[in-house]
Amino acid sequence: MSWTLALPELVLAISGLVILVAGVIPKQETFVPVTMATVGALLVAGLLVLSQSEGTALGGHYVADAFSGFMKLLAIGGAAICLLLSLDFNTREGIARFEYPVLVLLGTLGMLVMISANDLLSLYLGLELLSLPLYVIAAFHRDNARSAEAGLKYFVLGALASGLLLYGSSLVYGFAGTTNFDRLADAFSADAGVSAGVVVGVVFVITGLAFKISAVPFHMWTPDVYEGAPTPVTAFFATAPKVAAIALLARVLVGPFGDLVAQWQQVLLLISMASMILGAFAAIGQRNIKRLMAYSSIGHVGYALMGLAVASDVGLRGLLVYMAIYVLMNLGTFAVLVAMRRDGRAVEQVDDLAGLGRTDLGMAVWMAVFMFSMAGIPPLAGFFGKLYVFLAAVQGGYWTLAVIGVLTSVVSAYYYLRIVKVMFFDQPAGALDPAPASLTVVMAASGLFVLLFVLWPAPMLAAAQAAAAALLG
Amino acid sequence: MTPTMGGTTEMAIGLAHYLTVGAILLVLGVFGIFLNRKNVIVILMSIELILLSVNLNFVAFSAWLDDLTGQIFAMFVLTVAAAEAAIGLAIVVIYFRNRGSIEVEDISTLKG
Repeated sequence: MSWTLALPELVLAISGLVILVAGVIPKQETFVPVTMATVGALLVAGLLVLSQSEGTALGGHYVADAFSGFMKLLAIGGAAICLLLSLDFNTREGIARFEYPVLVLLGTLGMLVMISANDLLSLYLGLELLSLPLYVIAAFHRDNARSAEAGLKYFVLGALASGLLLYGSSLVYGFAGTTNFDRLADAFSADAGVSAGVVVGVVFVITGLAFKISAVPFHMWTPDVYEGAPTPVTAFFATAPKVAAIALLARVLVGPFGDLVAQWQQVLLLISMASMILGAFAAIGQRNIKRLMAYSSIGHVGYALMGLAVASDVGLRGLLVYMAIYVLMNLGTFAVLVAMRRDGRAVEQVDDLAGLGRTDLGMAVWMAVFMFSMAGIPPLAGFFGKLYVFLAAVQGGYWTLAVIGVLTSVVSAYYYLRIVKVMFFDQPAGALDPAPASLTVVMAASGLFVLLFVLWPAPMLAAAQAAAAALLG
Repeated sequence: MTPTMGGTTEMAIGLAHYLTVGAILLVLGVFGIFLNRKNVIVILMSIELILLSVNLNFVAFSAWLDDLTGQIFAMFVLTVAAAEAAIGLAIVVIYFRNRGSIEVEDISTLKG
């Protein structure tokens, strides 16, 4: 019983409450200082995660290992950078209220609990602690009908997903007799046959989590919510929570349900293929760039799940590398989207980028780098993400999966490259406002990572390898 | 464990009965969300119905397994359901302020 193992979560929880109280007391609006304090709290939590030892705590509900460390650092980093993206945007849109960073902080706490969950109960509580703040910040622009609609749609479908996940948990609990992941793994490895109730429960749990990572066929909320929510919130949705939900899915499927691989593998193969195909074709006709990024993220989830669906250690490593690269290049892309303003008003059509190469060359070059990387063009980071999952699929003998992955990459290259064409070869639609310094820094940092990943891939590969090995135990 | 029903006929209420009721409530809740074309409040009620079906399952399994975990789980689910309902109603209120309606068919500005 060593509760100190959960120190990152405890520090985040306490600092969240302290920051909330500190934000209420002053008479004037405290958005900027509260955001800075929140970023500081996230950095402290990140350092604590780095120095965390391994083991289980809190009566077996909590586990810390190399896998949780890898995913937590990604989630915390993504959340902190998304807060930086919101600094300027929220002030200009008139939604600079101090509740925003506090909600992001509490959501991040939920992610950490999810990633470290070692029991169906802590899984559920972490997931809800993430989901409830997300419903609120989707509707954070409360005087905007589209933001309110996005919040409402996300709430209804998110609550349904939580309900299905819970129903699955109840069946697993009833038919296996425990909610602890270690004991579930023992129960399934000992029995020769698994009862139908457990299999139905596992399918319900996968369904609930597939909603959260917006995998086809549970993706229908994604485009609407991404389009309606304020852009920094969309950036947050597309990065940190997705990492946490993928981490949870990987831990649940590989850990307690690892011996049921024959039962869940078909489901995941289907979800992965469907997500890749829909992500590639549905984005082609999109004019709104946030909506386009929503379909793009559905496709990326399909590629990432390919690594999980092949159920091998190489596949898991591919999944982890893919998620890390996906988060870092998405943060850069969304820094560009947040910076898209003309005459002080936020614009979000693809055509609004027309002629950006002539009016703001720096931003156009970074955006082109991100788009080439998303399309998977070597030697950018996005290519290596795809390479490792495709390698795992080929090594496992899943040729159909790999071929579909390559073909859908080609199709999706069309809409990524169209953005590059619009930026550099179309007539300027009028100059965009100059980007604030915080966004330029995020763009440049993310762009340099994408460009230079090819030179030093070893540290990330080693970390992903260690994390995958820890998960497989 | 054989409670009498209607005096003379005896019938044991077992785990299967509870699970059946739970499954029926779940299906009602899911259909309430997808088939309902009227009002968002009905959707909130359907979500509650789903969570209650889960609670019924947990408590029934808990009694059947003679294990407390299920009842503890049910307590947490109740707590989270209360928080979820509060947030859901708050979002419905801001939606109503913007649009002046909570008809499900009106929630269609975002599409494509």
